[in-house]
Amino acid sequence: MLTDLYIPGDSLLHRARPAWKLAILFLYCTALFVVTHPAVLTVGILLVALGYGAAGLSPRDAFTAIRPALFVLVIIFAAQLWLADLTMAIYVTLRLIALLMAAALVTYTTRASEFTEGILALLSRAPAWVPKDKIALAMSLVWRFIPLIRAQFDEVREAQRARGLERNMLALVVPLVVRTLKTADEVAEAITARSLD
Amino acid sequence: MTTRDITLIALFAALTAVMAVFPPIALPILPVPITAQSLGVMLAGGILGAKRGGLAILLLLVLVAIGLPLLSGGRGGLSVFFGPTAGFLLGWLVAAFVIGWLTEKYWDGLSFVSATLICVVGGIGVLYAIGIPGITLMAGVPISKAFMGSVTFIPGDIVKALIAAAVMVTVKKSYPIIGQAA
Repeated sequence: MLTDLYIPGDSLLHRARPAWKLAILFLYCTALFVVTHPAVLTVGILLVALGYGAAGLSPRDAFTAIRPALFVLVIIFAAQLWLADLTMAIYVTLRLIALLMAAALVTYTTRASEFTEGILALLSRAPAWVPKDKIALAMSLVWRFIPLIRAQFDEVREAQRARGLERNMLALVVPLVVRTLKTADEVAEAITARSLD
Repeated sequence: MTTRDITLIALFAALTAVMAVFPPIALPILPVPITAQSLGVMLAGGILGAKRGGLAILLLLVLVAIGLPLLSGGRGGLSVFFGPTAGFLLGWLVAAFVIGWLTEKYWDGLSFVSATLICVVGGIGVLYAIGIPGITLMAGVPISKAFMGSVTFIPGDIVKALIAAAVMVTVKKSYPIIGQAA
């Protein structure tokens, strides 16, 4: 099944409305980019640390947020060190870390389903030209399709392993894509047959 | 947009997500393993066309943004849109659209060569034209240096363009989608 990156908790941050959290995240991000002063960055980092503390998250969670970008961060640090100086390198790298951690904080404290509900609530108030029911249909279908295609991929891979082709990208992708297209026809027919159009 | 179009969009969003767990292609000459995920971006455009392909990638990005770890390496959540390589994610969206648009335009005579060219233009040209300024914006590194850092990924992307082109041509013969009225 699909799992999101949510870490359960009952803090103020967990209970806050997703829209507010997003708005604050964008303000935070803009502030760090518009005011390029070390004092602002220091306050920013303290705020994020405070946020992690308030949400009951550990430093390890914070590190998990940065880890995938670690390689790129090291390169950027080295590039800045070479092009500018140590202060600039530290500043730029810390700012990126602050942004990554702040964004991850929102992800950690908000369930994917809360965001989905938020999007659907926004849609219900959208003007008439927005194809609301189609967007809602696409969003609910894709939740079901990811495990489905993962299962189909496992089948294709097993079949190709039996032929000694499991490292052959084409032998994996072509059957998977054709199966996907066939699934589309079947699902679309089933939806139409139930008069959802 | 028919129900079938919506289904295709959702399926290709899911397909591109699943490609994150494909076995990475390791080429002996390359320092970085190639993940199959940007192959999904090329295929979304090259098989579904501009509008549906672009929407499929948009749908995937929305799912990633709301916190599903669907990118390669189990990455996901809002932080990927605030990191140094955020421009490449936006670039995926435009790349899928451009590849789809070019594929529709040259659909009648689509060959392996023209499909490869389309994937290179959209999946490398357009993608890097958006991704590299993104690195500059987020990390303050000059464009030329950001370009140097990204060059290591280009051979892998060429391999993916070749694979995507082969799939596009095969699917055009066996199960064409674009030729039908969208």
